[in-house]
Amino acid sequence: MSGGGRGPERAVPPSARNSETPGETSTVRIALPEHLRTLAQVDRELELDVHGPVTVMAVLDVLEREHPVLRGTILQHDTRRRRPFVRFFAVGRDLSHAPLEAELPEAVVSGLEPLVVIGAIAGG
Amino acid sequence: MSGVRVLVGTRKGAFILTADGKRERWKVEGPLFAGWEIYHLKGSPVDTNRIYASQSTGWFGQLVQRSDDGGATWAPVGNEFAYEGVPGTHQWYDGTPHPWAFSRVWHLEPSLDDPDTVYAGVEDAALFRSSDGGATWQELAGLRQHGSGAQWQPGAGGMCLHTIVLDPSRPERMFIAISAAGVFRTDDGGATWHAMNRGLRSDGVLPDPEADVGHCVHRIALHPARPEVLYMQKHWDVMRSDDGGASWFEVSGNLPSDFGFPIEVHAHDPETVYVVPIKSDSEHYPPEGKLRVYRSRSGGHEWEPLTRGLPQENCYVNVLRDAMAVDRLDPCGVYFGTTGGQVYASADEGDGWTAIVRDLPAVLSVEVQTLP
Repeated sequence: MSGGGRGPERAVPPSARNSETPGETSTVRIALPEHLRTLAQVDRELELDVHGPVTVMAVLDVLEREHPVLRGTILQHDTRRRRPFVRFFAVGRDLSHAPLEAELPEAVVSGLEPLVVIGAIAGG
Repeated sequence: MSGVRVLVGTRKGAFILTADGKRERWKVEGPLFAGWEIYHLKGSPVDTNRIYASQSTGWFGQLVQRSDDGGATWAPVGNEFAYEGVPGTHQWYDGTPHPWAFSRVWHLEPSLDDPDTVYAGVEDAALFRSSDGGATWQELAGLRQHGSGAQWQPGAGGMCLHTIVLDPSRPERMFIAISAAGVFRTDDGGATWHAMNRGLRSDGVLPDPEADVGHCVHRIALHPARPEVLYMQKHWDVMRSDDGGASWFEVSGNLPSDFGFPIEVHAHDPETVYVVPIKSDSEHYPPEGKLRVYRSRSGGHEWEPLTRGLPQENCYVNVLRDAMAVDRLDPCGVYFGTTGGQVYASADEGDGWTAIVRDLPAVLSVEVQTLP
């Protein structure tokens, strides 16, 4: 799986800072765990065009729209909250407990770093 | 020549075992959906190419897969199981109210006459129906809203609706079983339900051992030619009803233990029944370390051990409730899977057994399709 990068957030060139203007589209990378890649029939990181503020929820909305099979696998159908054993990482940080509506780090917005979805190490 | 297709759900994927009508040489395919728990797969009785599978993990939740070509290819269908209305609460293990919440599909039961109609028994206990091949699911909420629903309490494996039995003689009649609530029957296609637990006794478990609901029914089965007769493997006791579930009587007879999970009826003889005795609810393995299927030729009471080809020493596996099935060939074939990963087959009504495979992940379910 493509890594989420454990180092400090990278510098972002000004030209990539395109989330600050409402309505702009950002091309965001997302790395899925193997089981979800299998379901979505993809074998590598995905690039998603996200319109407006780049949040986990916005990214997942696009992901689910483009790959409906993933509905219910990351966010629960009824609550639209993160499933308990799913985690979100980016730029070396665990964003799992941040609000889903919080804007993602600039390195993710700019496409320098992926939003990483992982299955938590649990259950043996 | 006719043949059989055995559908095996395991803790880490599904497997398809096929053979011709002799049932001697087997082809093993899988794992399908590798790494996922496959609680159940079942084929449509009117279209053997149509198979449904319940696929889940604790990480990524529930999916339902469908094959339209006998298991060669699969596609995910709908996986949204939304309870109707405000779900309310049932009892938790400690007796406190607990919100109803969906966790997984335990059992898929395709309709007897329409490949696109399929029922799903889920945890927390509820019954769903799809009439579009699994694309969308609607709850038959009359069951969960049965007056006793708020009193239902989970068994050790969760509060699951694990058994769905369709009555071929009455399209509007259906039986379901819930751990640990008991048996319920509808006679109007799922709109209204009645508890069908009279005669069951749960000594030491329920304050009233003969309560209307609260019994830990493990599985029920019927023969399509005589659907008013039902057989039940309860947590303890093997039971029988001769009146469509209205009343039950015990037929455990000479079984070495009347605890167990599956119960199955011979394809051609409504009086021939199979169970796999398990030592106890705290020791989920066969008595004396001997794996024995017991067969009754008399609808219960009198049972004979079937041991040829089965391990008769040092065997400490379990056989789960959905992990036994029969084919419709003559002689009738019987199949079961174990938590040790073996799938055993008998092509002679249980007289002798061979292991089709020995080292699968723990087997959760076994179903058989008899192919033309």
